[in-house]
Amino acid sequence: MPSLSLSLGLSAILFVIGVAGVIVRRNAIVLFMCVELMLNAVNLAFVALSPYAGVQGQVFVFFVIAVAAGEAAIGLAIIISIFRHRESVDVKNFSLLRW
Amino acid sequence: MLTQILFVIFAIIAIVCALMVITRKNPVASAMWLVGSFFSLAAIYTLLGAFFIGIVQILVYAGAIMVLFLFVIMLLNLGNDFEPDLRGAVWKVVAAGSALVMLALLARTLSSGATPAGSAGGPGGLARLTAEHGAVGVVGIPMFLHFGLPLQITGIFLLVAVVGAVVLAKRQV
Repeated sequence: MPSLSLSLGLSAILFVIGVAGVIVRRNAIVLFMCVELMLNAVNLAFVALSPYAGVQGQVFVFFVIAVAAGEAAIGLAIIISIFRHRESVDVKNFSLLRW
Repeated sequence: MLTQILFVIFAIIAIVCALMVITRKNPVASAMWLVGSFFSLAAIYTLLGAFFIGIVQILVYAGAIMVLFLFVIMLLNLGNDFEPDLRGAVWKVVAAGSALVMLALLARTLSSGATPAGSAGGPGGLARLTAEHGAVGVVGIPMFLHFGLPLQITGIFLLVAVVGAVVLAKRQV
């Protein structure tokens, strides 16, 4: 069984990579992939802590996976409908609600 | 000892794949690297004793969600225009700074030597539970006994997501 601090460290590194990707990239689909990466990092933290804090952590991971699936479906549908209007998935072209 | 070595190998694979996801210009390449990251995370879940979650990770993430991503990328025909979409240097500094802050917080938490509170008894307890109820029962029994309402809400959420995705992606509602 790998040690707890190694697992939590891997989880934090993956989460940080996801955050950096969301900040640096402009392609909306890649942004979604980075969000999935962050959700996975949190899942890893839940699974790593579940031997100590109870198997409820794994149940939460199941719910997180369900929410991630729904979020991917809705988000990609939004991207498709925006692409029809703007012919682009670059978020610099979606600034209608920004200043 | 063997699980430790395997864990480190899969952790390195996951980190390298995640870095490739955020640095590739081509979204299809990003998606393929993300699949590698998901598979190595599934292996890590299995090493941590969460067998059911590992299988669900492969089925739902590496299977369903990634197929959805690739389907949308190819539907929108994004696989062959490589216009760079990285933000400028200021944003890269912001990203690196936030990454450093979060890693510093992690190092502070880990170095304080706090042990996780809980009464589940560590890895041996989880292995005993798995031997007693099976890999699915470990997750399924608490889910249906104590998380009935969240389970039903998740079902309704998935229904709403399916209907919403159809409504959003349709040309004429």
